Formats: sequence, C-alpha cells, structure tokens
Amino acid sequence: MKKIWIAVGVMGALTFAGCGGGEKTETKQAETAAPAGGAATPDLTNGATITGKVVFDGAKPVMKTIDMSANPTCMNAHKAAPQKSEEVVINDNGTVKYAFVWVKAGLPDQTWQVPTSTVELNQIGCMYQPHVIGIMAGQNIDIKNSDPTNHNIHPMPAVNQEWNESQPPGSADKMQSFPRQEVMVPVKCQIHNWMRAYIGVVSHPFYAVTGDDGTFSLKGLPPGTYTIQVWQEKYGTQEQQITVGAKDSKTLDFTIKG
Amino acid sequence: MISLPGSSRICLDMPPPGLRRFAVSTSVCTLMLVVAGALVTSNDASLAISDWPLNWGKLVPPMEGGIRYAFAHRVAAAVVGALVVILAAWQQSREPRAWMRRLGWAAAATVLAQAALGGAMVRLIDPKSLSIAHACLAQICFGLTVAIVVGHFPSLPGAPANASSGPAPTLAACALFLQTILGAAVRHGAMTAVPHIAGAVVATAFAMWAGLQVLMRHMENAPLRRAATLLLALTFSQVFLGFAAYASLAATADDPQPMPVMIWATVAHVAVGSLAFGAAIALTMIIFRRDKPTRPDLARGGMAGA
Repeated sequence: MKKIWIAVGVMGALTFAGCGGGEKTETKQAETAAPAGGAATPDLTNGATITGKVVFDGAKPVMKTIDMSANPTCMNAHKAAPQKSEEVVINDNGTVKYAFVWVKAGLPDQTWQVPTSTVELNQIGCMYQPHVIGIMAGQNIDIKNSDPTNHNIHPMPAVNQEWNESQPPGSADKMQSFPRQEVMVPVKCQIHNWMRAYIGVVSHPFYAVTGDDGTFSLKGLPPGTYTIQVWQEKYGTQEQQITVGAKDSKTLDFTIKG
Repeated sequence: MISLPGSSRICLDMPPPGLRRFAVSTSVCTLMLVVAGALVTSNDASLAISDWPLNWGKLVPPMEGGIRYAFAHRVAAAVVGALVVILAAWQQSREPRAWMRRLGWAAAATVLAQAALGGAMVRLIDPKSLSIAHACLAQICFGLTVAIVVGHFPSLPGAPANASSGPAPTLAACALFLQTILGAAVRHGAMTAVPHIAGAVVATAFAMWAGLQVLMRHMENAPLRRAATLLLALTFSQVFLGFAAYASLAATADDPQPMPVMIWATVAHVAVGSLAFGAAIALTMIIFRRDKPTRPDLARGGMAGA
C-alpha cells in the first residue's frame, strides 16, 4: 500500500512541476505615455503622405459560412444571406479589406497626442463591426452591443492587460483602452465562438485599416525613412521601406499572394 | 481488523454495499465532469461566463451559446463536489481501512481545490498555467475515485507475492498522467503538439510493458487479466483518437468556429485518456493490494458477498 501512496505523491508532484509556465512575455513594443501638453500631432500641412492599396494576387478564397444555429437570434439576423467568415475579404476591385497598415519603425522618438475621439466596435448580427480596427495606445474603444442577445468581449493581448466582460442586450457602451502598443490584439466572444475581431494598438497616429476600396493613407509623416507593415488575419505580415521628404506624396502598394 | 501470517492486513468488517455503489457512481460522475470540462474547452466557451461564483450575476444565467457549456460544467462540478465530499464522509464513518478513508479525503480535497482553481481561472481570465493545472487536477481527482472504487472490491484477488509485476503498472500510470499534463498544455496553447506526441510513444510503451507483463505473468488471474486488457485496449484507442483529434484540428483549421468533428474527437481523446489513466491506477491497485478477504462469501464475489 505504501507504493500506492508513493505513486499518488509522484503524480501530485508532477502536476505542480509540469503545470507552471505560460506566463505572458513582454515584447519590445514601446509603452506610450499618457497624453501630455507637449505631445506631437501629425503635421498635415508640411508632412508627407503615403497612400497605397493592398492587392490580392491569386484565386479569390471562398470563405466558409458561419453556423449560427447555436443561437436563433443570431441566425435570424442573417436570414437573408448566411454570414461568411471575414478572415479574408476580397473587394470587387481585387483589393483586400481589413488589412491593417502602420508605420512599424522610423518615427522620431517622441510622444504623440492621443485622440479624444473614440473608435467604435459594435456587436451586431453576432458579428463584430468592423472586423479590424486601429487605435492609438490610450485611446478609448466604444464597445456597443446592438444585438438583442448577450455577448462577452474578451480581448487576448500578449502585452496589455487581458480582460473579459459581459455585455447584455440594451446595456450601456463599454469604454476600454490599451496603454501599450500591440499589433494585433485578438478579440473574441465565447458565447458565440465564431465572433472574432482584431485591434491594432499603435503608439502613434500613423496607421490605417483598408476598407471597401482596399486603399490606405498615412498623412502628416515627418521626413524620414520608414518601415511600413501590413497585417492580414490569414496571410500574416509584410513590410516595405520607404523614404519621404517634407510635403512628399508617395505611393506604396502591397500585394498579398493567395 | 486482524493480521494473518503470510498475508497482509485483512478486513473482516467490510463497508456496506451502498457505499460501494455510491463510490462507483461518484467515479462515473467524475468522468462525466471531465467530459463536460473537455466540452467547454473544445467549444471555446471557458470564459462565456465572466463572473464567479455567480453566473452573469445570477444563479442561473441566460442559456445561450457557450454559456450552456460553461454553466453545465459548473453545475456538474457542484454535484460531483458534493458527491465526493459525501463519499469521504461516508467512508469516514463506515470504512474500516484507514488508507481508504485517506483516499476519500484526498479526493474531497482535490475536488474542492479544483473548484477554487476553476473560480480563479474565471477571475484571472484563464491563465494557461491555471487551465493546465485545472485539467491535471481533474485527472488526479478521477484517479482517486477509481482507486476508491477498486478498494471497495476486496474480492478481487491480488497478485501472488512471488509473481510481482514490478514497477511497470505504477510507471504506466505516471506516464499516462504525464501525458495528460502535456495534452492539457497543448489544448491550452502552452506548447506545440510535438512533446505530447513524443509522450504518447513513451506512455504507450509503458502501458504495453505493464499490460503485457501482467498478461504473461497472471493470465490465470481474471481481474488482473481484465484490467491489463482494458489498459491495453484503452491505450491503443487513445493513440487512434489522438490521430483523429490532430487530423480533425488540422482539417478544420480554416473554419470560423470549432466544428463538431473536432469537438467530438478531442473530447473523446480526453475521455479515453482519463479512462486509460484510471485503468492503469486500477491495475496498480490490484497488483499491490494486500487486503485479501478471508470470508468465503467475500472471496466468491464482492457485490454478492457484501
């Protein structure tokens, strides 16, 4: 019988020895200071502008239909046309929607003014709208529940603080922000396990999310050489370098191969 | 309690049959709770209820989507918690063997710790380390209830003292438990599947060693033969289910949500893994037990005799 207790003891020890770890690791992303009086803003008069588009090259991927039968309210919201996954959305002109474009490196080391405006993330038809948003670190996200059903919002950042909150129908909007730069923060609803959104949190104002025309515009950049990164949920990231002078207006296109 | 030469301690005052049946029911319910937990994880519903111990601020939350899985798991956990504590208390009053009483309280302690861990997971937003510990502690709790069940069947003859199976069954149980840790780490995204696959090779080897050795040495001993055969069958089924779970995960990777084929393959993998671990514990218990009954009625059959 003593051997049985030894075996039980060994297994118990294995649990606590093997179940550690999993701690979040800090990345090299810079922490943004709170808005201050001397914080910089984009110089829209003398600064440079980078515009471009994110083009998809290849056969247009067919997105799968989401099964919302677990919740009749969600299913009824898409009676007319079943909702497809938004993992890859290709616009009619062959460009990519919901690509996040941002200046990854090259900006002078300074604090940028955090906008007082909020960025809306709505839950409507049991989908996040929009699927991808960009905010500045410290800027508020206005999280709405426009559905007649319950949701929980669970962002899963690696650098910022993770949180998980319930939002019943008709409840007040939730204001949340992330203090540190992090590209990208996945968001999910664990009541409706198909609901996914992504938030790009950047320590400066030079970022954009492509829309129905697949274009982006980064305005008011100081002269310099920049690394521009594009992120797409399925296809990952791409980078290009570009040098701009004062009042320059340059074009920079990205091509995502399918 | 008396001692006989050449044998270990013998219990003449056996616990009532109701206690034995209750122990079996509790063990089955514990396995069901493990399955309920696996369903929560596979449906990605672990944080569908963001508060604890209440559910959306109520006793009963709105039943929709992932909340159903999370709430069902909480209710099942409460039921199993109560069952295990009742089992421990019942054994305390009616079970003459001290080690059995200790097993009962150990199971009660794990189930209570498991409840606290589950609450901490919700409050601390599901840290991987706690999720893995929760999965591991569930296996320990189930293993303890299996040990209690085996302990309640004293009619099972033990291995002859001169025909020991060595450490193989114990090592198989340890290897299978280690596999549950690795499996939980994979499920909760703490590591890739490679260590778990490597661990499967090792655990299968230990299970084969234990099972085949027992079969070769104790073929005439029906309980040992059955336990060893069960361990081998469950281990091989588990390897197959592991492939099925991995393949279903890969096949549904592009789907926007957890698909039924993946859910059922992974849940079956967890359930059979628990059963294989339980079979290894049962085999170890039967091999090492020393409390052979002397009463003829008990020797003929546990349930009938009791």
